[in-house]
Amino acid sequence: MWKLPAPALETSRSESVFEDYKAPYDDQQAAAEASRCLYCYDAPCIKACPTGIDIPNFIRKIATGNVKGSARTIFSANILGASCARVCPVEVLCVGDCVYTDAGIPPIQIGRLQRYATDKAVAADWRFFEAGPDSGKRVALVGAGPASLAAAHELRRHGHAVTLFEKGTIPGGLNVTGVAPYKLRAEDALAELEWVLGIGGIEVVTNTEIGKDRSWASLGEEHDAVFLGVGLGPDRSLPGADIGGVHGAVAWIEEMKLGTVSLAGVTHAAVIGGGNTALDCVRELLGLGVPSVTMVYRGDATKMSGYAHEWDIAKKDGAHAVWNATPVGFAGAGQVTGVRCTGAAGAFEVPAQLVLLAIGQSKLGDQLAGLGIRTDGGRILADADGATSRPGWYVGGDAANGGKEVVNAVAEGKRAAAAIHAFITGGGHA
Amino acid sequence: MLDLTTNTGGIISPNPFWLASAPPTNSGGQIERAFDAGWGGAVWKTLGSPIQNVSSRFGANKLYGNIEPLGFNNIELITDRPLETNFREIYEVKKKYPKHAVIVSLMVETREEWREIIKRSIDAGADGLELNFGCPHGMCERGMGSAVGQEPKINERITSWAKEFSTIPVLVKLTPNVSNILPHGMAAQAGGADGVSLINTIKSIIGVDIDRMVLEPRVSNLSTNGGYCGPAVKPIALFMTGELGRSPDFRLPISGIGGISTWRDAVEFLLLGASSVQVCTAVMLHGFRIVEDMIEGLEEYMRAHQFDRVDQLVGRALPSFSEWGNLDLNYDTVAKIDRTSCIGCNRCVVACQDGAHQCITVGAELSESGVRFPVVDESECVGCNLCQIVCPVPSCITMESVADPLPPASWNDHVAHGAQLRAKKGVH
Repeated sequence: MWKLPAPALETSRSESVFEDYKAPYDDQQAAAEASRCLYCYDAPCIKACPTGIDIPNFIRKIATGNVKGSARTIFSANILGASCARVCPVEVLCVGDCVYTDAGIPPIQIGRLQRYATDKAVAADWRFFEAGPDSGKRVALVGAGPASLAAAHELRRHGHAVTLFEKGTIPGGLNVTGVAPYKLRAEDALAELEWVLGIGGIEVVTNTEIGKDRSWASLGEEHDAVFLGVGLGPDRSLPGADIGGVHGAVAWIEEMKLGTVSLAGVTHAAVIGGGNTALDCVRELLGLGVPSVTMVYRGDATKMSGYAHEWDIAKKDGAHAVWNATPVGFAGAGQVTGVRCTGAAGAFEVPAQLVLLAIGQSKLGDQLAGLGIRTDGGRILADADGATSRPGWYVGGDAANGGKEVVNAVAEGKRAAAAIHAFITGGGHA
Repeated sequence: MLDLTTNTGGIISPNPFWLASAPPTNSGGQIERAFDAGWGGAVWKTLGSPIQNVSSRFGANKLYGNIEPLGFNNIELITDRPLETNFREIYEVKKKYPKHAVIVSLMVETREEWREIIKRSIDAGADGLELNFGCPHGMCERGMGSAVGQEPKINERITSWAKEFSTIPVLVKLTPNVSNILPHGMAAQAGGADGVSLINTIKSIIGVDIDRMVLEPRVSNLSTNGGYCGPAVKPIALFMTGELGRSPDFRLPISGIGGISTWRDAVEFLLLGASSVQVCTAVMLHGFRIVEDMIEGLEEYMRAHQFDRVDQLVGRALPSFSEWGNLDLNYDTVAKIDRTSCIGCNRCVVACQDGAHQCITVGAELSESGVRFPVVDESECVGCNLCQIVCPVPSCITMESVADPLPPASWNDHVAHGAQLRAKKGVH
């Protein structure tokens, strides 16, 4: 079985100071919450889950004391069920659709119950799945994030030989490098990753970037199918951002999670953007002790793509926002001292010794143009099964959906794996 | 490798989970969906003479604001569908599911009627018959159901008819509406039955509409007693199962019924001597889908206890079912309260003070969060368990054995040869 290089993680990491925003349930809490579930039929919570987990069923199993069966139900639908339990925006997915809400009763805490069952499975190494008999077929998966992991696991169950190619040193993708640490810390993401790889036969090749360290064409020639789980590219930037103290949000978060970030002398921080990455940054900076954190967004609260429930928490944590502001440059000589903005009232400056740019990431699809894979602004185009315009090449996760949740990546990886299996075993593909 | 295959009096099923004869087994379509969901067997809704059912039919016993009923009752009778339809569907189900057990429940009056309906059941492909001597509402007024089950001689006679006419196993379904179950089990055995199933429902009034001043479930301005079932009847069913299971004279296999909702309930029945279990109420409330958890839970239990086959656990708790006179009076436990998990509700204090032996009091000490800990006076604690039962925190209160007890001594030992008993506690 593939093992993480030891030590996989630095011992001293900035993210380590964070505690769980939603604490894990103990046995009593899990039993009490599970017993409250109505065990609905054709339940709205299932329909709200991109991976279609049979939520009432797994909750009833917790209530009867069949926790192992509960974990089996979860992982059968979503092999990254432990990280999704923490990371999923359940407020707008399963929990948001709990029928109790309509009755004016607090909804079932599905994410916390899912964490209860899946944490036990990962900790005790309960195994539910076996690799299928060797099919003689080989599949390459580019990128080792949630979409590729979900696809790889599914393909192994069909008996195909799978290889994950990861350009970095640690597999796991944004689950390891990008998730807000009060939801999921890198070590927990890696524990689940090792558990997933425990099915055996999933080869992980790290420090290998396709298109650079080896060619896309050779990858296609040596495999029966290719899955593109490449995610998104570097953070988008703004003119003048090469000044000290201005960072891309995703890059900064990765450093905070896998290493240490310095906040010495930072009394004011600004985050530019209004998406969920921006909101994560705001909460993270406050959690790391920055006294004043301001989100600078070009629209107002109703326009931002970040979740309202996340912004509510950020506000409670002490965040400020400057709405309807367009950043036009940075103040400071060598080191940033503020963000220059224009708004309805004219020009103004938001003081900041640290600025994070959470205005999106570039997309990586255009490098595949030579292979005849159609893209749209760098986003790889695919049908509902993840099939690209090139036969045998499939895609899932952020590279296809432009940047959604982990649970969407898992669902897309799973669907693509089913299509890949049909394709390489002669089932054909429409 | 686990094997859940079950044999109850010659009726083989892929697992011990059967649907009891009741609304969930009213039609072939339901039973096919149940088998697809994982049920190992089904006892078809009782066939017999034509009847007509009332509206409404069911009632529930709910505690306070709980959604899940503690108990359930019904005043529905046997099948109201044409016999031809039922037999055609039995044939179709068996053809499609040859390995699943289809048991046909029957209730008629005369010897000729029994001969006829048994022949038709066998012709339809049934794997076994279950004689409904248990129904305590409606049918018993016509001399059937529990009216038969309450008379051992009639039970034995009709059982012997059924055995005479049947080439497939015959189970007798017993009524709990008797003061002692054993003579009724023995009557079935004397009649030649291949097994018994118990319990049927318990004669009950589920409630009264206090504004209309009419019983529930209300049929216009009248109602009638129904048959009680669901989790509330499980202890009665366990007792009767164990009572038959431990009797050296009673040798028939048992199909256990009564409030089984989860795999744990099923395991309890197996441990008390049932070789299969039947479920109705839990399915009526939640559907056939509950069987997935029941099978998984049973399998995990068997793995944990290193059983390979279901029959290995049948009756394993029976040796512990004894007479009061044999219990060790020198076995002494006291309540220990874990202060780190106590949340300070003091339910144990009020229960002990008002309902038990006045040994738990609200202590003087305060925790960091301002909780006043209950304190147990161990010299007064009789080890009754009440505090542990009312405690909302699992494992906060444990009952622990007192060190250095006297040698075990029962009341029977004491009476027979003066065995020394420990000093009584809580006696003033």
